[in-house]
Amino acid sequence: MIDNTVLRVVGKIVIPVIFLFALYVQFHGDYGPGGGFQAGVIFAAGMILYGLIFGIESLQHIISTRVLYALIALGLLLFAAVGFVPMLLGHNYLNYDLLTQDPLAGQHLGILLVELGVGITVAAVMVTIFIAFAGRRNDQ
Amino acid sequence: MADLVNIVLLGLLVITAVAAVRLHDLFAVVMMFGIYSLLAAAAFVVLDAVDVAFTEAAVGVGISTVLMLATIGLVGRWERRPTHRALLPLLVVIVTGAVLIYGTLDMPYFGDPNSAAHQHTAPRYLQQSPDEIGIPNVVTSILASYRGYDTLGELTVIFTARVGVLALLGIRRRRRDEKR
Repeated sequence: MIDNTVLRVVGKIVIPVIFLFALYVQFHGDYGPGGGFQAGVIFAAGMILYGLIFGIESLQHIISTRVLYALIALGLLLFAAVGFVPMLLGHNYLNYDLLTQDPLAGQHLGILLVELGVGITVAAVMVTIFIAFAGRRNDQ
Repeated sequence: MADLVNIVLLGLLVITAVAAVRLHDLFAVVMMFGIYSLLAAAAFVVLDAVDVAFTEAAVGVGISTVLMLATIGLVGRWERRPTHRALLPLLVVIVTGAVLIYGTLDMPYFGDPNSAAHQHTAPRYLQQSPDEIGIPNVVTSILASYRGYDTLGELTVIFTARVGVLALLGIRRRRRDEKR
């Protein structure tokens, strides 16, 4: 598919916009529809599109499967770790009020970090599942 | 007007579902599922559930379709002729569907303010969220803060699903090449 000029040109224009939109959805989830899950899926869609157009090998060259596996765990651990911080400060698990001096700012920070964890894990999971499927086809 | 939109959307949903069942070209079936998800997302927008619609559009139309296409790449494009008639599964599906429709008779009407869902925690979330959480999107404040523990569990489910897929077909090519 790498020889298809139309796909390559359109891909190079569209993929950065997809990533930008994913980041917008990620960090604008507090104000509008969206959040970590949707952003992660959109980010993964951008990477999968790259893999479809330029080949799985180029995708793995940019971000290796090992890094993606680490990111899967990292997102989940970030979420869980944010929950433990208030616990260490003597509050309930996942109660973000104590993350900063101001409870509202604490909530805001907690939600931002938690959504980031969701986004990282979801994006990495979707991409690695795609690589698992598509890479298998190349084996045969 | 909303009724008309609903009727058109639900009608198209039924047509897409029937077409997906009747087609034998699996590529076309996957496209039908994508259209089905897009229509479902539009229906969620009509119900003012934009966050759900967003997820449905991203996951149902985008990722699922790509994964299904990848699966078709593995199993082939054409459906095999069934070896036996599907009378028993048809019966099971019809009975299950009838029971589910019977179950909806007990459910409150759409938008009923007296229904249990609108009496319990929902009013508290809606009233207190601006003071307690302070972000405009109440859906996010419920998902990430009030129900943060549920969302953590949900993320764990995704993590576990990935581990399951990894166990089934996640053998890395590079490692396999090294073994050869």
